[in-house]
Amino acid sequence: MTDRLSTAFSAPRPALVCFVTAGDGDTAANLDALVAGGADVIELGMPFTDPMADGPAIQAANIRSLGAGTTTADVFAIAAAFRARHPVVPLVLMGYANPMVRRGPDWFADQCAAAGVDGVICVDIPPEEDDALGPQLRAKGVAPIRLATPTTDAARLPRVLEGSEGFLYYVSVAGITGQQQAAQGSIEEAVARLKSATDLPVAVGFGVRTPEQAEAIAKVADGVVVGSALVELVGEHCGDAPQHLRALTAALAEAVHTAR
Amino acid sequence: MDSKPNSFRTQPDERGHFGDYGGRYVAETLMPLVLELERAYRAAQADPAFKAQFDDLLEHYVGRPSPLYFAERLTEALGGAQVWFKRDELNHTGAHKINNCIGQILLAIRMGKTRIIAETGAGQHGVATATVCARFGLPCVIYMGAEDIRRQQPNVFRMKLLGAEIVPVTSGRGTLKDAMNEGLRDWVANVHDTFYIIGTAAGPHPYPEMVRDFQSVIGKEARQQMQDRVGRLPDLLVACIGGGSNALGLFHPFLDDPEVKMLGVEAAGHGLDGDEHAASLLGGFPGVLHGNKTYLLQDEDGQITEGHSISAGLDYPGIGPEHAWLKESGRVEYTAVIDDEALEAFQLLCRTEGIIPALEPAHAIAAVQKRAKEMDRDAIILANLCGRGDKDIFTVAEKLGVEI
Repeated sequence: MTDRLSTAFSAPRPALVCFVTAGDGDTAANLDALVAGGADVIELGMPFTDPMADGPAIQAANIRSLGAGTTTADVFAIAAAFRARHPVVPLVLMGYANPMVRRGPDWFADQCAAAGVDGVICVDIPPEEDDALGPQLRAKGVAPIRLATPTTDAARLPRVLEGSEGFLYYVSVAGITGQQQAAQGSIEEAVARLKSATDLPVAVGFGVRTPEQAEAIAKVADGVVVGSALVELVGEHCGDAPQHLRALTAALAEAVHTAR
Repeated sequence: MDSKPNSFRTQPDERGHFGDYGGRYVAETLMPLVLELERAYRAAQADPAFKAQFDDLLEHYVGRPSPLYFAERLTEALGGAQVWFKRDELNHTGAHKINNCIGQILLAIRMGKTRIIAETGAGQHGVATATVCARFGLPCVIYMGAEDIRRQQPNVFRMKLLGAEIVPVTSGRGTLKDAMNEGLRDWVANVHDTFYIIGTAAGPHPYPEMVRDFQSVIGKEARQQMQDRVGRLPDLLVACIGGGSNALGLFHPFLDDPEVKMLGVEAAGHGLDGDEHAASLLGGFPGVLHGNKTYLLQDEDGQITEGHSISAGLDYPGIGPEHAWLKESGRVEYTAVIDDEALEAFQLLCRTEGIIPALEPAHAIAAVQKRAKEMDRDAIILANLCGRGDKDIFTVAEKLGVEI
């Protein structure tokens, strides 16, 4: 199942990874707009009451989604329907541990596999707690995608890479989503360090909002993740969100794809 | 649990797990810091100078040891077992919270951290944190739910007097768990200079162990005082439980004394039948939140639900992971008390002993009321009076329909 991810990252050009929160607005239409705009990988946020690593934009999206009554079953229904419409576009779920392990890690891994989910990013399951979900995902061919951060030093990096699949998500700032952007120099240095330690593709996110920023990062990274800027469009435009998402995604995709 | 462990006092394991509970469920950005904190804590534990400074501050600044008190008139009124109280409400700042804050700020200073953050619900932990920050001259930021700020004005003013900056949290529903989320967001963005003083025996390892250890002064003193005063250990320990730090502080030194039974008292709010309670152990399910695996109030999809209790210090939707383990191992019994029972016990203690308890230990007293009557007159119950009730008189007045 991770074939879709490796294919997306094996293209000669860098990949654009786009995030929206499941159940926030017309998610199917939003996801289609991201694909139409040129997103290479879709990151679908699972809403949670306590999104500790997220800034105001994605917190608000979580609240809107839960306020609209989104359930875990709805998230998987959105994923499965996306898979039926887009057989080759990789889809990863991003979220927090509790909704993922509530019915047991085996149940969650089964649901991911059945819905055609390629990978899972769980913010609050570090490698030290991998037993909580990692083995079950790997057994079902779903990639546990790990995060590396500015605080992940050389001594710790092997621990993070062990059991990591799909791609490595570099969180470019020590902080929460959608806030300040890291200095380009620090990103270049970090990506070089990560790439010398792993063959996994390295995607960079947190604080990336504009095509200019995305292009600069795409010069050195295998992928660029944009989340809060897209989620803000959903919050701002509601029913008209898809056209705005498509426009921003197209500008980002153009910048990322032609960066090198 | 297949068999009884040889000791109940050796948890957690090296990964910070209490049986299936606890652990370090944090974002990668925090993980190196949490590991560093553990190393620093181990070094402090091995350093006699750290212990000496902690003990000195507890004696001369906090006012320890707190008295062990035989509640003679309450015992008479209940007509059963003797009721004794560990008087941690007499501590500086009026609750047990200060014990932990002293320990953590000494560790923060040892680690070279220059900025302190904390979360608070009712404001007791916020006041204790602001107090130690003033004492050591460190800047202090307290995250507090906007709704709690409205309800707890006297404590908000106390914290301000002590020089703390109060940040109102409006995300989520603006209560304690949202304040904790905001504290974690601050920490993740300021890992280089900031120490997060967590107020209860929960959070990522080593917090649950560390907070328990700092609070264990309660049980260590009580154990010695009991031996000195009556020549034996109590038959039953009783303490209220929100996150569970005062209970662990009392229980832990007695865990390997099989003759001592223990009762943890959760807040049943309007009753365990509905959603309006804060009893994570009796009315919740295992899950992962705020860095640890433990019992949580949550729905079938794992979304966290809000606790309710007349006591703002108990309405957190989780509980320290060691309690989750102590429950499953059977070593500690857990029960719950509704708002009205706590309110009645609050008044009973006022009138029989001249002690105005906080609403949190009023829950423990309500449980003592029930148990004492079922026990022999020579049996001994020791309850932790973990906070005084000055902060709660407005809440109580409102519930009793009195305007002040």
